[in-house]
Amino acid sequence: MAVDVIPSKAGARAGRQGLGIRCAPPLTLLIFLGPVAAGLIGTLLPAFGYLPALGGDQLSLDPWRALARYPGVETAALRSLMTGLIATGLSVALVLYFIAAFHGTAWFQWARTVLAPLLSIPHAAMAMGLAFLLAPSGWIVRLISPWATGFDRPPDLALAPDPYGWSLVLALVIKEVPFLFLMTMGALGQVPAQKSMQIAQSLGYDRATGWLKTVLPQLYGQIRLPIFAVLAFSVSVVDVALILTVTPSPTLGVLILRWANDPDLSQNFVAAAGACIQCLLVLLAIAIWVMGERFISWLGLAWIRKGNRRAPHGVKQLTLTGMSLAAGLGIAGLMGLVIWSFAKRWRFPDSLPSVWSLDNWGRGFARVAEPLATTLWVGLAAAGVALILVILCLEAEQRTGRRPTHRALWLLYLPLIVPQIAFLFGAQILMVVVGIDGHWAGLIWAHLLFVLPYIFLSLSDPYRALDSRYARTAACLGASPWRVFRQVKMPMLLRPILIAFAVGFAVSVGEYLPTVFAGAGRLTTLTTEAVALAGGGDRRLIGTLVVLQSILPLILFAIAAAAPFLIRRAAFTGKKRL
Amino acid sequence: MLFTRGGLKKIMLAMGLLAAFQLTPPAQAQEWSQIEQKARGQTVYWNAWGGDEAINAYIRWVGERVAEDYGVTVEHVKLADTADAVRKVVAEKSAGRNDGGSVDLIWINGENFKAMKDQALLHGPITDTLPNYALIDTKANPAVELDFTIPTEGLESPWGQAKLVFIYDSAVLQDPPKTMIALQAYALAHPGRVTYPAPPQFLGTTFLKQALYEVVETPDALLQPAGDNFESVTAPLWAYLDKIHPALWREGRDYPDGDDALIRLLDEGAVDFALSFHPGRASSAITQGLLPDTARTFVLDGGTIGNTHYVAVPYNAAHKEGAMVLANFLLSPEAQAQKQDPDIWGDMTVLTMDKLAPEGRALFDALPRGIATLSPAKLGPTLPEPHPSWMTQIENKWLERYGS
Amino acid sequence: MTVPEGLTLNQVSLSIGGNSLFAPLSLYVPPGQVTTIMGASGSGKSTLLSAICGTLDPAFTLKGAIGLKGRDITGLPPHTRRAGILFQDDLLFPHLSVADNLAFGLPVGLDRRERQDRIRAALVDAGLEDFGARNPATLSGGQRARIACLRALLADPDALLLDEPFSKLDSQLRDRFRQFVFDHASAQKLPVLLVTHDPEDAEKAKGTTIHLTL
Repeated sequence: MAVDVIPSKAGARAGRQGLGIRCAPPLTLLIFLGPVAAGLIGTLLPAFGYLPALGGDQLSLDPWRALARYPGVETAALRSLMTGLIATGLSVALVLYFIAAFHGTAWFQWARTVLAPLLSIPHAAMAMGLAFLLAPSGWIVRLISPWATGFDRPPDLALAPDPYGWSLVLALVIKEVPFLFLMTMGALGQVPAQKSMQIAQSLGYDRATGWLKTVLPQLYGQIRLPIFAVLAFSVSVVDVALILTVTPSPTLGVLILRWANDPDLSQNFVAAAGACIQCLLVLLAIAIWVMGERFISWLGLAWIRKGNRRAPHGVKQLTLTGMSLAAGLGIAGLMGLVIWSFAKRWRFPDSLPSVWSLDNWGRGFARVAEPLATTLWVGLAAAGVALILVILCLEAEQRTGRRPTHRALWLLYLPLIVPQIAFLFGAQILMVVVGIDGHWAGLIWAHLLFVLPYIFLSLSDPYRALDSRYARTAACLGASPWRVFRQVKMPMLLRPILIAFAVGFAVSVGEYLPTVFAGAGRLTTLTTEAVALAGGGDRRLIGTLVVLQSILPLILFAIAAAAPFLIRRAAFTGKKRL
Repeated sequence: MLFTRGGLKKIMLAMGLLAAFQLTPPAQAQEWSQIEQKARGQTVYWNAWGGDEAINAYIRWVGERVAEDYGVTVEHVKLADTADAVRKVVAEKSAGRNDGGSVDLIWINGENFKAMKDQALLHGPITDTLPNYALIDTKANPAVELDFTIPTEGLESPWGQAKLVFIYDSAVLQDPPKTMIALQAYALAHPGRVTYPAPPQFLGTTFLKQALYEVVETPDALLQPAGDNFESVTAPLWAYLDKIHPALWREGRDYPDGDDALIRLLDEGAVDFALSFHPGRASSAITQGLLPDTARTFVLDGGTIGNTHYVAVPYNAAHKEGAMVLANFLLSPEAQAQKQDPDIWGDMTVLTMDKLAPEGRALFDALPRGIATLSPAKLGPTLPEPHPSWMTQIENKWLERYGS
Repeated sequence: MTVPEGLTLNQVSLSIGGNSLFAPLSLYVPPGQVTTIMGASGSGKSTLLSAICGTLDPAFTLKGAIGLKGRDITGLPPHTRRAGILFQDDLLFPHLSVADNLAFGLPVGLDRRERQDRIRAALVDAGLEDFGARNPATLSGGQRARIACLRALLADPDALLLDEPFSKLDSQLRDRFRQFVFDHASAQKLPVLLVTHDPEDAEKAKGTTIHLTL
């Protein structure tokens, strides 16, 4: 990652030990960012009418005119912007106030235990669970029908998916709360939260007020990038929007995908122009957010100066309710789909299936075997390659003493902030040129783009936090850098490494657009299959796909948690001879 | 040793030629046997919509059979949308990959075919090369060579036929409406119980066409390209839709994705009718546990729209021979009868029964018909697809009026 | 000319961002003797030890030359310098058993029997004969300190660098462990450079004491 580094004079001497490894950061960047840039250009040119294969051989503004003429494009863009901003705002507020009011309490421990596994559940899985839960023929209505509602047919109401985007906002909040919660927890370790709180509380501030007034201002800078990533994701998300918006009221991302898939190939130009608008929309969202930040910090400063010691009444309960609701809906939706995967007949308004069956897991398993295998291999390969690159970069960083600056960290976040559809569209043409479209290599690379940043974020702190004196001691015992790496650092970092791998794998399992574009229909994963069915497909099959989607990352996390323990136990009991 | 290796090959070739001689002219036979030889060992990437598990299973069966008989491996590239494959060929052309392309065979019709034909992205004509194409009487059934009124010119090979049918639950409804006007009346009497997929989804577009045929004053105009007469011809359609829309499911503010979604809504009791392009769909849905066994099929009095679906080979396909062998196998009585089996797929054959040998015909006679499937006689007349220019404009206008 | 068997520093100075940590330092520690370096926190004592064993943070600039047993080791990578080091914390590898920690220090190229014998001898030496398979976390502070020292010595170093290794032990333990380290170092005829705050350490070391100043 170390492109933009703080220069160091003595680096050269220390670096002599690992000449090869010093190529790792530039190599990683090349694999990582080069295609993103190329993809953006491949989107920008068709947006101005240039795509010779489709007869566009000179620049023009026609695609933009066609875009502007398309019915409903402004409302779709506005819908994307608003749902993204509201979902991000709600998630951030919920997480920060929850941490402020409950850190150090039993509720807090509860949230940690519940939210961590939810983080690994793919967005699409969560959205589909929510869709089943809230639909007019969904689980909640079933549970209270017909005895309480009198419905023997589903009510004719658009609950989820809905035309306004509320269910989309809800799904995004459910998914982003765990992410922001854990990112904030990580950042908390880097500021003197404990001491600030002690001082604030000794001055008579209650827990939440003290935290908001003393810790949050120090903390916010650390979680700003993750918040931007969440915002950009929410504004441009496609899979969740496909599941939770109604056909006539799509978001911009859904429209772009529709144009890109249109049989009338000239719509590709419109799609490219739309993808550019999507980029601008993300920038606009970030600009609005930054203005909001200013406003809130101005309000906050006034609040601090007033010296209030107590948080407003009821906000605490509201936050707790919000958190419980988010986690509860997420889990209940998934439970509903688990039940579907064991159902044969489950008609409205039955609360539970009338005929149960193991067919979906037995005879019907052939339906999911292929996407399951693809998901597994792509996830393992992308996470594996990304892990190696990240470890090499971190090792290079330690050996050369060069650390990425804040600006370099922005580069890392780039694929998370630039809307996926904007560069995947162009990257697809690139992949055809190289000849890896619809092949494993292309798919793994496309996943790598999104897996790598998360692995880096997950592993860099523990890697840097490892007491460097262990490595120095080992070196002074005569161990070569390679041996130190292999026999000291790797075993000591085994747990964070395995967790980073599991994080990367979970990210890969959840990817939708990269699979759609790079898999070119040939390679499909559990996620693309499930999203394809979301509109009205067999819920038993959806259930099976979603269960697999959710359980694969959990299995990896379980292995990551258990393996170091088992290996270590073997290390201490297996050598009685000494 | 009696024969040298080369000699044996010659004799076998001669025997094969001889056998083929009796059926078809020698030039074609020779060409075909060469194609079969080249095809052996090839892997054909068949890009076909993969949204229906019954169809996917059928395609798997085809793959096994073609591997057995011709040594051709079939990879089913499951598409969410056929346009994906078209886009791929376009992307390859733009990248200069004029041979060795990644798409060998596409399941295609309508607009996608038109797009590929217009841009010369198809290999062929191919149908005259396929021996089994002779089993179709194109004089008796000219519709197979008109894909949404676009002449196929042999660039795509017919695979199956679809015909719009309506599905209802006989436990809920005794006497379903048999015309589009009656359906409108039913919707107004039972608000929220009727819906159709939003165009440009093809089933939704077909629903509009069906209504168009019934309300339009001069149905013949629809077979010619739309021109200045568009507004006047289609005016009754918009009147029809304006009246029915407020009474639709969700008051027309949301639409189901396709026939799977409609069947789910029918099963839940949210709506009273599902649409499908497969006359056997209700029966197969009952078998799969997706509909109650009281579900039944009906068609409209004046007939319903039908069309043909095809397979085509892209101009840059890497494995053209394998793709042709596969296309030919798809036209065999064995494959066509298997496809028409309601327990397997239930898609109507394109073959002409009179052209088949008795064994071939027996395969079709032996097929079971599901409890909810209409007999060929009761399926009624088939209305032709209107010229695509009508639908492009209708879809756009629909989007403007009801889209958001 | 005789080859100096001990540790030599010749006009060694360290700077960061152009600021020197201390005035150029020259010294010679003969084999079997202890030289003590004292100085305030931040005076660069520990950094000097890093410079000698070759693990200096790249942010620092080193000038001057370091010699050990007749070799100029100034530019060598740490694992080839043969300079063992002990820190305040024992830094036993938590993923290895006690015996494996000791084995980590042994030079490569010994046969298995030899390795086992040396490890067993070290365990006996530390009074921990039956503790080989134990997790180091289950040992007491004094036991861990002894193992860390023996691990350093098993690597057969040419010098021993001590970075306040006694400061975290309580006073009784400190005396015993200090004696343990000094005895072993002198038995192996190692030059020892000790960095400390504690005047008592310097006193017990019985060698030269240097105060680092700018």
